[in-house]
Amino acid sequence: MHLILFFVFAGFCLAGAINLLLQSHPINSALSLIVVMTSLAVLYLLLGAEFLAVAQVIVYAGAIMVLFTFVVMLLNAGREERTLGSRAALTVGFPAVVAILAVIATMILHAQKLGVANLSESLTNVKGQTNLELLGTVLFTKLLLPFEVTSVLILIAILGAVALARQGDGDEERTDEQ
Amino acid sequence: MNSLLAQLPQEVPLSWYLLLSAILFSLGVVGFHIKRNLITVFMSIELMLNGVNLSFVTFAQQWHAVKGQIFVFFVMMVAAAEAAVGLAIIIAVFRARATLAVDRIDLMKL
Repeated sequence: MHLILFFVFAGFCLAGAINLLLQSHPINSALSLIVVMTSLAVLYLLLGAEFLAVAQVIVYAGAIMVLFTFVVMLLNAGREERTLGSRAALTVGFPAVVAILAVIATMILHAQKLGVANLSESLTNVKGQTNLELLGTVLFTKLLLPFEVTSVLILIAILGAVALARQGDGDEERTDEQ
Repeated sequence: MNSLLAQLPQEVPLSWYLLLSAILFSLGVVGFHIKRNLITVFMSIELMLNGVNLSFVTFAQQWHAVKGQIFVFFVMMVAAAEAAVGLAIIIAVFRARATLAVDRIDLMKL
C-alpha cells in the first residue's frame, strides 16, 4: 500500500514539476505547482508528519498559491516570450545541474545507514505520543523564542508587502527617466 | 488482487524519497534558468524550497527526530513571508516597467 501510494504521488509530483517547466502560460504553471504541493502533502503523511501535511495544504497549496494565481490574474500575465536565454546558462548551467544531481543521487544510493519508511513504524508510535503532541511540546518549550521571532518576521513582511505594493508617490517621475 | 498486494514490499526505502527531493530541487534550478517570466521564475524558487523540505522530513523520519519537522515548519513560515514580499516587488516592477519578461528587466545587468 505504501509503495503504491509512494509511486502514484511521486509520479504526480514529477509530472507537475515537469509540466511547470513546459507550460508557457503562467497560470498553467501555477496550477501544476499546486499539484506538486498537494502530492508532497501526501508524501509527508506517508513519512509520519501529519501536522506538516496539513500545514503544506493550508499554507502552501492554499495561501501562497492563491497569492500567486491572484498576482498572475491581477497583472494579466500572458504567454511568456521564449528567448534563448543567456549562453552561460546553456553551456555551464545545465551540465552543472546534471552533474550535481548525479553526485547527490550516487551519494544517496550508496548511503548504507538509510532506513525504510513504512506506515506502521512512524515517528508517532516510537515515543508513545502523536506527532502533533511531540511537535507542539518542542516548539512551545525549547524553541519558543524562534517561534516568536518568526511572528515578528511575518508582521514585518506584511508591512513590507503593503509598503511595496502601495501606489508610490514618486514612481511616475522615476519611470520617466528610463 | 489481494495476494498480489501482499506480495509487494510494504515499505519504501528512504533513499527514494531523498532521490525525489533531489530531482525536484534540480527541476527547480532548471526552471529558474529557462523560464522567462518573473512570476514563473519565482514559482521555480518555491519548487526548490519544497524539494528541500521533503528531504528534511525524510531525515526527521530516519533519525526519529522531531526537530527536522520543526525546521520545515519554520521554512514554511519564511516562505509565506517571502512570497508576500516577492509578489509585492513583482507588482511594483510591473507598475514601473509594464512587463514581466526578465530579459527586459535588465537595469542592473552588466
